[in-house]
Amino acid sequence: MVNNINNCIFARLKVKLKLLIMNHYETVFILNPVLSDVQVKETVKKFEDYLVSKGAEVVYKEDWGLKKLAYTIQNKKSGFYHLFEFKADGSVVAPFELEFRRDDSVMRYLTVKLDKHAAAWAEKRKERVKAFKK
Amino acid sequence: MANIEQQSKGGKQGEVRYLTPLDIDTKQVKKYCRFKKNGIKYIDYKDAKFLLYLVNEQGKILPRRLTGTSLKYQRKVSVAIKRARHLALMPYVGDMLK
Repeated sequence: MVNNINNCIFARLKVKLKLLIMNHYETVFILNPVLSDVQVKETVKKFEDYLVSKGAEVVYKEDWGLKKLAYTIQNKKSGFYHLFEFKADGSVVAPFELEFRRDDSVMRYLTVKLDKHAAAWAEKRKERVKAFKK
Repeated sequence: MANIEQQSKGGKQGEVRYLTPLDIDTKQVKKYCRFKKNGIKYIDYKDAKFLLYLVNEQGKILPRRLTGTSLKYQRKVSVAIKRARHLALMPYVGDMLK
């Protein structure tokens, strides 16, 4: 009986903790240059919606535009680079990357967890980009 | 010059002698870790222009013994360069990068 109650409390604690643990992640992905502007926007929106639907908070988005690749990927010399920064639970990342693999228009993707130094740098970078745009 | 001739003539046979005192500056400039010195804590894989400093002209990662980077940051450098390569921001194999 006591054991059962203990288990119950433990389970509840776990749920509570899960809500609290929000890691900081950063994802860069390359989209096929053959896509039209509308299609690119649609795909980016799709991934963002997916994150939001999984309970992640998208902190920052950046569009690097059409960039030349350092080497050919799928016989393409350029690609649309996009960057997401989001806060989410660790369990979100694997299905999110699965979405990338399912989508044919994604040529490359990379998700990185940001530690405190990386997060500080990301903040700095954002400010710099903002200043540059102005 | 007279000094050299004197030395070469006056020397006993079979004895090794320097004609002139070696004027090589043997004091080398001490290498330092640029990340430690400048207080850089995170090496960004998105900044390919900067990572180019840590790579030779074929795109290979330069060893610590040449750049002077401390071990802690060399590990981070190698990770950052490998990430940049994956995202096609840097080439895996290049030619005349610099």
